[in-house]
Amino acid sequence: MRWLCLLFFVSLAACTQTDPMSGLETSADKTPAFGDTFIEGSIGDASTLLPILASDSASSEINGLVYNGLVRYDGNLQVVGDLAESWEISTDNLTITFHLRHGVKWHDGAPFTSADVLYTYQLYVDPETPTAYAESYRQVKKAETPDDFTFRVTYEQPYAPALMSWGMSVLPKHLLEGKKITESTLARHPVGTGPYHFVEWQGGEKIVLEANRDYFEGSPYIKRFVFRIIPDTSTQFLELQTGGLDFMSLSPLQYDRQTDTPAFQRLFNKYRYLSFGYTYLGYNLKRPMFQDRRVRQALAYAIDKQEIIDGVLLGYGKAATGPYKADAWVYNPNVKRYPYNPEKARQLLAEAGWVDSDGDGILDKQGAAFSFTIVTNQGNDLRSKAGEIIQRRFKEVGVDVKLRVIEWATFLKEFINPGNFDATILGWSGSPEPDQYEIWHSSKTGPRELNFIGYKNPEVDALLEKGRRIFDQAKRKQVYDRFQEILAEDQPYTFLFVPEALPAVARRFHGIKPTAAGIRYNFNKWYVPKGRQKFSR
Amino acid sequence: MYRYILRRLLMMIPLLIGITLISFMVIHLAPGEPTDMQTQMNPQASSDLQVKLHKQYGLDKPLPEQYLLWLGRMVRLDFGNSFAQDNRPVLSKIAERLPVTILLNVLSLGVILVLALPLGVISAVRRNSFFDRATTVLVFVGFAMPSFWLALLMMDWMGVRLGVLPVSGLKSLGYEYMSLSGQLFDRISHLLLPVFIAAIGGLAGFSRYMRSNMLDVIRQDYIMTARAKGLSERVVIYKHALRNALLPVITILGLSVPGLIGGSVIFETIFAIPGMGKLFYDGVMMRDYPLIMGVLVIGAVLTLVGNMLADISYALADPRIRNSN
Repeated sequence: MRWLCLLFFVSLAACTQTDPMSGLETSADKTPAFGDTFIEGSIGDASTLLPILASDSASSEINGLVYNGLVRYDGNLQVVGDLAESWEISTDNLTITFHLRHGVKWHDGAPFTSADVLYTYQLYVDPETPTAYAESYRQVKKAETPDDFTFRVTYEQPYAPALMSWGMSVLPKHLLEGKKITESTLARHPVGTGPYHFVEWQGGEKIVLEANRDYFEGSPYIKRFVFRIIPDTSTQFLELQTGGLDFMSLSPLQYDRQTDTPAFQRLFNKYRYLSFGYTYLGYNLKRPMFQDRRVRQALAYAIDKQEIIDGVLLGYGKAATGPYKADAWVYNPNVKRYPYNPEKARQLLAEAGWVDSDGDGILDKQGAAFSFTIVTNQGNDLRSKAGEIIQRRFKEVGVDVKLRVIEWATFLKEFINPGNFDATILGWSGSPEPDQYEIWHSSKTGPRELNFIGYKNPEVDALLEKGRRIFDQAKRKQVYDRFQEILAEDQPYTFLFVPEALPAVARRFHGIKPTAAGIRYNFNKWYVPKGRQKFSR
Repeated sequence: MYRYILRRLLMMIPLLIGITLISFMVIHLAPGEPTDMQTQMNPQASSDLQVKLHKQYGLDKPLPEQYLLWLGRMVRLDFGNSFAQDNRPVLSKIAERLPVTILLNVLSLGVILVLALPLGVISAVRRNSFFDRATTVLVFVGFAMPSFWLALLMMDWMGVRLGVLPVSGLKSLGYEYMSLSGQLFDRISHLLLPVFIAAIGGLAGFSRYMRSNMLDVIRQDYIMTARAKGLSERVVIYKHALRNALLPVITILGLSVPGLIGGSVIFETIFAIPGMGKLFYDGVMMRDYPLIMGVLVIGAVLTLVGNMLADISYALADPRIRNSN
């Protein structure tokens, strides 16, 4: 599974700062100062700095600093204004009117107006634009600009994810109009309105940004942002230790065993928080053996989720009970749970007709052994290791499982797309937006669609349709609470775990305030006290 | 001689077309498509995105037509635009990465030659001595050691523990603000580890090859004659024997030409060096057909040219070959 997330989706929660020296700040350290450079490592280079065409996380990260949307998530994952100062939603929930900020300038000095927003919208829905993000904007019936600082959109029917969909990066009309979007020079030299402006991009090596002194919220404190491309995580870790990097997402092993030294703690702060993604074991519901709900529930009882979390994530994660993480507003804590209970698993399997009639240790039914294959993709050790643990536990209740790890493209083409698999271990990255229509609606079970396990439940369909029409958070939660109850009862996936994000940040950076959104949401407010600055340029 | 060269040049054309045809077929046989990165497993991707991308990349046309279109462009030295989202010309992407790879490979080849030739010669002259045995063991240890492991070990030791060499990359942050001598020093310090690691692996092959060549030559009658004439051992070895023993090395050098641009994925990944190996690997993973074809064609041309140059140099160096042609 590809963990693609826009910057504002890199949202993390329940942060714990494990900082033994956090109480030792001097008063000088508390005074924000301008200057210094922040160096971050990335395993992949950006592909394009035109956000409309980008679908990889490296590009999204840079684009998130160069461009703004109309709205964004704040530290508490609430939608707040970005280029829009305020907005109104009509009483029938069909029209959103954005009031834009005055005096915002593009990095080339041109003024930002509502025409840029309208142009960006038109670009997204243009059939010639090969963008992955058109779907939300196709729901718009009418988009208009009553004046230079007002932008209004009207929908056919209420669409709850609409507001946050305007978090998309707004593009400069004056630099793109009349040109073919796929040939624009902005792909290599972006011009946005964001807190950082583009300086240089040395392919495969680094991307350099510099603080936008005219930024509408005030210049960021950190003067330069360097995005270094270091494809190997071991090298990244060595670079971190020598000061070649100021930020890195650590692996559980690095977090737990390799950074527990006084030398490391003197230079870095470590953080941990739940990420939005989750890993699951999904059953192909078209296979007869998985059609009985009791079988799926039995398999859930046979898995010890904590054992997987301890073994694979070294404890840095939480057991998943559904598609939402435990600290999200939409999470329902009262769904049916499946604590590890092999006895219960055997009993449920027996009820479903699976017994070991020939004494070979493997359950069977009408002469067929309960034997199946779990497929997962190569390149993700967490999944294959989880598969091995599951394999052993299933064996204990009499279920014979083989594990196949396959290269990504082959995995999709030969197994997932044609529905040619029994069960699969995969993961989804999430976002604060709870809409799960694409993954669970019964209309999405076609080839190359995301409900590839073939889950069909009329009540879930109705809830998913209803959930995207309700704007009121409390009422919306009721809908998704029920949705989670049904998923927990039906067990089309056995939700395995939600991993924790484990970043380390150089200790000289101050102003980091861990919240439900993680640590990066307020990057503009990070600073290095004058006496501690490392780079003078 | 000129006819020989012309014939070799003409023979390269059908060979090259054959190579491109096979490469084209093979990369299209691999599962997955260039559009998959953007469209597959992405809840936000619109259903018609794949169709749009197919049209944009010309993947909606039949394969033979795609090949002929590509060939037509290639003849005009237009390798097309990359299918990656940056959509840049393949040639400029290659041109960006090639100098780094060539620099590293030329430097490491230089180090290999400077070390391997004397090692080989001395080992041959002092056959079965302690020096010979010790070098054999050492170069094979170097050969057998996985380069990524040795690289990480050296990076940790020289970069983190001793702090005398940079861990990765090609230049420091703030390189542009350094003085000329500072820049030179910075470059050299960044190149030391990668060149050393790259050379270690090749040392064994070259030094052993040189040793066996030298052993072959010093057993020849003319060496005995030279000794019988009363020439000093130094003249016998370094004038008469060495020159002849070096001849086959020319062939190997010719065959090294394509390797100069090939790059190595593991090596470039570990040292965070933006070279051809990583570019090609990423291209293959993304099914970036124009980029893959571009790299393959350039590699094929260089292999053929390298082979030809080796043959020509050999002919120039050895009158027996020249005369037989």
